[in-house]
Amino acid sequence: MTDELHDVRMTVNGVAHDVRVPARRLLSDALRHDLGLTGTHVGCEHGVCGACTVLVDGRPMRSCLMFAVSAVDAEITTVEGLTGADGSLGPVQQAFAECHGLQCGFCTPGFLTTITAGLRENPHPTHEECRDMIAGNLCRCTGYQNIVKAVERAAELVSTSSTTGEGAGSTTGAGSTSDGETA
Amino acid sequence: MTTKLMGTPVQRVEDQRFLRGQGRYVDDIGVGPGGEQGVLHAAVLRSPHAHARILDIDVDEVLDLEGVHAVWTYDDLAGPMAEPLPLLIPHPALTHGRTQYALAKDEVNHVGEAIAFVVADDRYVAEDAVGRIKVSYDFLPPVVGIDNARAAANLVHDDVPGNVGARLEQNVGDAPAAIAKAPHRLELDLTIERSACMPMEGRGTVARWDADINRMQVWTSTQTSTGVRAAVAVKLELDLGQVDVITPDVGGGFGVKINHPWPEELLVPMAARTLGRTVKFTEDRREHFISSAHERGQVHHVTVGFDDDGRLHGLDVEFWHDHGAYTPYGLIVPIITSTQLLGPYKPQNYRVVFESLYTNTVMVTPYRGAGRPQGCYTMERTMDAIAAYLGKDRTEVRAVNFIQPDEFPYDQGMIFQDGRELEYDSGDYPASLEKIKALIGWDDFPTFQKSMAAAGRKVGIGLACYVEGTGVGPYEGAHVHIETSGKVKVATGLTTQGQGHATVFAQLVADELGCSFEDVEVVTGDTRRMPYAVGTFASRAAVMSGSAIHLAAKRAKEKVLKIAADALEASPDDLQIVDGVVSVKGSPGTSIDLGTVSVLSNPLRYAFDEASKAATQFSVGDPGKPPVPEDEEPGLEGKDFYSPERATFASGMHAVIVETDPLTAEITILKYAVVHDCGHLINPMIVEGQIHGGVAQGIGGALYERMAYDESGQLLNASFMDFLMPYVTEIPDTIAIDHLETPSPLNPLGIKGAGEAGVIPSAAVFAAAIEDAEGFPITAMPISPSELFELRSRSLVEPVETTPEGTPAP
Repeated sequence: MTDELHDVRMTVNGVAHDVRVPARRLLSDALRHDLGLTGTHVGCEHGVCGACTVLVDGRPMRSCLMFAVSAVDAEITTVEGLTGADGSLGPVQQAFAECHGLQCGFCTPGFLTTITAGLRENPHPTHEECRDMIAGNLCRCTGYQNIVKAVERAAELVSTSSTTGEGAGSTTGAGSTSDGETA
Repeated sequence: MTTKLMGTPVQRVEDQRFLRGQGRYVDDIGVGPGGEQGVLHAAVLRSPHAHARILDIDVDEVLDLEGVHAVWTYDDLAGPMAEPLPLLIPHPALTHGRTQYALAKDEVNHVGEAIAFVVADDRYVAEDAVGRIKVSYDFLPPVVGIDNARAAANLVHDDVPGNVGARLEQNVGDAPAAIAKAPHRLELDLTIERSACMPMEGRGTVARWDADINRMQVWTSTQTSTGVRAAVAVKLELDLGQVDVITPDVGGGFGVKINHPWPEELLVPMAARTLGRTVKFTEDRREHFISSAHERGQVHHVTVGFDDDGRLHGLDVEFWHDHGAYTPYGLIVPIITSTQLLGPYKPQNYRVVFESLYTNTVMVTPYRGAGRPQGCYTMERTMDAIAAYLGKDRTEVRAVNFIQPDEFPYDQGMIFQDGRELEYDSGDYPASLEKIKALIGWDDFPTFQKSMAAAGRKVGIGLACYVEGTGVGPYEGAHVHIETSGKVKVATGLTTQGQGHATVFAQLVADELGCSFEDVEVVTGDTRRMPYAVGTFASRAAVMSGSAIHLAAKRAKEKVLKIAADALEASPDDLQIVDGVVSVKGSPGTSIDLGTVSVLSNPLRYAFDEASKAATQFSVGDPGKPPVPEDEEPGLEGKDFYSPERATFASGMHAVIVETDPLTAEITILKYAVVHDCGHLINPMIVEGQIHGGVAQGIGGALYERMAYDESGQLLNASFMDFLMPYVTEIPDTIAIDHLETPSPLNPLGIKGAGEAGVIPSAAVFAAAIEDAEGFPITAMPISPSELFELRSRSLVEPVETTPEGTPAP
């Protein structure tokens, strides 16, 4: 018995990738094991912890609850794509560093992507809205105190950078990769 | 002058890779830019039954499946792999210790026990294969819960009478006699349920056998690399020198990743050698629930005798510890409860006896706090009961029992978990009490409670004190190497699971060596770099490796100064090192940088780089003597070990104000306060992060998390959907923290451990606050709104005294 393979083209962090995957392959596994983007972490595989959250066409999605074949032609942003083209930290990443918003770092990618989308939707959140923004992600290390601070700090950084012309979590530019074919 | 980094909130260096998605966790090993190449994946068939004999295992249909490389059951294991797994920490009282086999032999004793191990092209196929294995069972009656274990109508192991693995009694003075003579006496029954560490990353192991050099490389998500290395060597009949264990980034541990070892940590290397391929096992969440360790489940009976001031005359504690199906980690957890129960108090006379019991559930090994939360809960509930009985303020009763600052070192007269005397090194409990009362607003609370009551609202306040033995031995070591580039490479053997070791250890090195913080790179948990090490548990990393690193940096500095003095024709006493440059004090022009000193430390002077060329202007050594003088080594390195006489005792106090909804019994936290004393702080930002995380985990343990086993031994809530770990919505908006810094006299930095403290007093402090709000005793934790609602209904039918089972002495 062999699984039938499907050709899927998806754009991840601005780069087009072609992968051949069985229909049952999770998007999280395709990102990690087929594309080598191990920044996306898998904490529960049932959609509760949020560690595997990526942005699919700009919206936060649990990549463990999505099949890779359903990401065909989608624009996906992973944690790797939140870093600036020059390698500098994006505003949410920078805020986490400043506020000690992470310890073991395993849940962090899901928080970063979730907050990136959250601040795009609501660039000036109140304190309560900052808490709500992360209320669907589990962290076992930090007790959330500094993550909430990091959301507030990220909002500040985003509003500063948007006045200087940069967006929140700008993605890296398009190109081609060794595993995929062309951009 | 370089600013001292000790005590400053330096931002973490490890965050740079974590935030970019460039951390390297065990499931990331073997994955490159083109994806994961040539790695095989393992899956485990686990018992669906809590207690059964295995009659037959049929794997015929497995190997037909395309992509399957191998399957193992017990019958395929040979040599030491076919023996039971080690009982890592034996104890004379553990008369009936039992451990599992790497794959079940003849019987299974809990749901989740490993039966067969399949290796395939990917995890999907491996799981398909597991689904094709047919096992016939003869069912046996399961033993679930402490009551059933004690009743012993059924046995977990045929040859363990009464399900009792161990019974240990310790006496200080004569508690029963002192209690009998005391002016007052109370009895309490106190229960805590099972919970678990639940790191966001489960367990995982990758192994690669290199046939060219006969060497095994293992990457594993562990708290003890050296322990796994020794276990793999013994079980696979390799020399220790043939096995390297590397602990990459670890997504949380909290105890469960301690080594004993786990079956997969042996099966993966075994499969890698057999198949000549890299093999990976990554535990999924359900597996973590049903096959990785739990903790906390204990039932306690307390008898206490005291006088009119609430001063203890004698304390007699019996408790029953549920250790699950096996005892690979010995009696560590109940021994810690027995000893650390005493907290900051002088009981005068103390008797403690426990039975450690088998049940057909997942085994128990330490979870953050490791028996201390149960001990703290037992002692603090007792203090509250005494205060209620005497009608005294709860803080007064505690204060009269405190060990006083001038009584240190204070010997409790018992043997601690490390086999050494339970002797507290330092502390100031009265000062902590004053701080926590101020922080929570203890003295103003009665007015607040009355005003809330007038508005129809119920609020309560609770307080709990603990002492935590941290930094247990036997040792840790460190190696500091100054490269010719001036960069400083530091290695220590224990592992890291998010504590920021790369940052705090670099702070210590920069301070001692005088190099820049940015030039220091710290590696932990790699046996190639530091083959002798113990591990990260028992809040020991900062104390043990921190001290070892400080000492190793000191040694490296001595060598730097000796060589630099020779090169600069000055006395070592006249030199200083600032920002990586050695100079003569008062004559900054006469200087040499650390990189050049490193070049000079090696008489083999090939001019590989600019640093070597720069070094040619200096001349060191005596031309009449060998290039490497006797008793010296080439290279600019320092290595040292730290091995303390005994543990150092941190302490702290927590207080909480809760509101309970009069209708729904929902429990809301209004204010949470922590006073914490872990000696000198290396990095206050990281210490506070540890406290935040501990408090959140404690809130989970007190109000939400439990292992819901049914009577047949099925874990009903084995998912994050049903096991209720706190989200931000369950954690208060602020946690008020105040520090006291009572230095430890036992180590050069005056530090004490901080990792576990935040979780220790939670059950105690919430039980106290809810009891205060409701007016009836809280004796079983965790507590849910439904349970509180039930208790309310019962207390209306049969009013209970505020002193549980209180019986005045005749």
